[in-house]
Amino acid sequence: MLGPNGAGKTTTIRMLATLIRPDAGSAHVLGHDIVHEADAVRGRISLTGQLASVDEDLTGRENLVLLGRLLGLRRAAAKLRADELLGAFGIAEASGRLVKNFSGGMRRRLDIAASLVVTPELMFLDEPTTGLDPRSRNQVWEIVRALVQEGTTVLLCTQYLEEADQLADGIAVIDRGRVIAEGTPAQLKSSVGRGALHVTLADAAQRPDAERALTRALGALTLQPDAARLSATCSDAEEAGRAVAELTAAGIGIADFSFGRPSLDEVFLALTGHPADSSVEYEATA
Amino acid sequence: MSATHDTVAAADTAAVRRAIASTTRPPRPGPASTALTFGWRGMLKVKHVPEQLLDVTITPVMFVLMFTYLFGGAISGSTGEYRDYLLPGILVMSVLFTTVYSGVALNTDLTKGVVDRFRSMPIWRPAPLVGSLLGDTVRYLLAVTVIMVVGVLLGFRPDGGFFGVAAALGLVVVFAFGLSWVFTTLGLLLRTPSAVMNAGFMGIFPLTFLSNVFVAPETLPSALEAFVEVNPISILASASRGLMAGDADGGQILVALAVAALLAAIFAPLTTILYRRG
Repeated sequence: MLGPNGAGKTTTIRMLATLIRPDAGSAHVLGHDIVHEADAVRGRISLTGQLASVDEDLTGRENLVLLGRLLGLRRAAAKLRADELLGAFGIAEASGRLVKNFSGGMRRRLDIAASLVVTPELMFLDEPTTGLDPRSRNQVWEIVRALVQEGTTVLLCTQYLEEADQLADGIAVIDRGRVIAEGTPAQLKSSVGRGALHVTLADAAQRPDAERALTRALGALTLQPDAARLSATCSDAEEAGRAVAELTAAGIGIADFSFGRPSLDEVFLALTGHPADSSVEYEATA
Repeated sequence: MSATHDTVAAADTAAVRRAIASTTRPPRPGPASTALTFGWRGMLKVKHVPEQLLDVTITPVMFVLMFTYLFGGAISGSTGEYRDYLLPGILVMSVLFTTVYSGVALNTDLTKGVVDRFRSMPIWRPAPLVGSLLGDTVRYLLAVTVIMVVGVLLGFRPDGGFFGVAAALGLVVVFAFGLSWVFTTLGLLLRTPSAVMNAGFMGIFPLTFLSNVFVAPETLPSALEAFVEVNPISILASASRGLMAGDADGGQILVALAVAALLAAIFAPLTTILYRRG
């Protein structure tokens, strides 16, 4: 589930995980109604929320033993399982420390391990890499891939296009509480182009000519509020190069141009015609 | 650096796969076992931050010493006589004050993400609440024990003997368990821990002082006396005094137990509903 802050991702996950009741409508998780069969749903899912869903005042090991006991493991089995997970997730050395003294990456891994004390059929992961450094992020990605390969379905929400691209078999783009696009990463990217060309004109007065030339070369433009800036999606650098050549051939002065992967903003522009509501920090971390 | 990192990551992934693949879901534990596990969680927190126990150890000792020596002479003519009157009362007060913290702790807990995990798990719904109150009961037991030890050191020799005292302590702890549901409800209704604390003490403070914990009601103006006579805290204090003195009043004990049951019957379901709603 891909969308900016405030799109409704967390609300959706909280509804599906039976934490809040939907005001209207219905949903089924693994065949069970989330309102009338909430308990059956809970017996098959795990939630790793956006706030760390582990107890900060306990140690890493105590957290996992506690959850094991709550899920019905006997004391010895719960301890064994805790140690197995701590080892697998690379937090064995820190397992005796209070979670509040964990690093961000370790806390996230513990949080995911906590959802796997008993392997669920469906796991909800709410923005698992927000705020993590690239190395920790890669570790989380590896874990998610392993989970999926072992047969657990993961519903992950993220505001990073790259994360969705890396991990998802299917993506739903969410905007203002609605699914505005759905498909495989390949389908989604082909609908917005694989990349984006940004051009800054030397003279904003040439915009109409530039728009015509770019439309001819690349098809539809994406909107830009700045009069001197134009953006269009295109499939590769070669196509972008041809478009730039066509602009210069038409006598249009270019102050600056760039080609890059479409950002979430551009996906949104392409899909909705309006920019994502919040200015999120994905540029900095992507 | 990158080479070691890669090998570590690779080992991790294989181990992660094994760990994920190796589980079958055990049968669900019963409500009692689940609640006890949450009680254990409370105990672990105390283990990590033992300072939490100050309010059930040092504070009651201060109350006993302060009231006995400060007011004893003025109220009863002698500190020894007042001590015998006060001790069961101070016991009641200390424990009832502590119940407010059950609400404060729940409110603090709710601000944390781990509650979402508990609420999304297939467990008996009131278990986290019942469990944390069971944990608090251990705190109450600690408080009453500390007070009794101080009392005995100060020369308190109740005629009810060990069993009388034990019965009184049990009664106070059961009452506290019932009352604490009021504060857990408050803990779910109010927005911040300090609001819960203020509102809680705003209720429990006057109720405790307008009881027979400190003074015999006969000395009060008649309107106040009438209130003090029916105040459940007075009845609890009287029942404890009776048990400790060896002349227990069955009626008072029954009323105290009934009030505790009534509070739990009203506020435990209310707390559970509010907790479920999140």
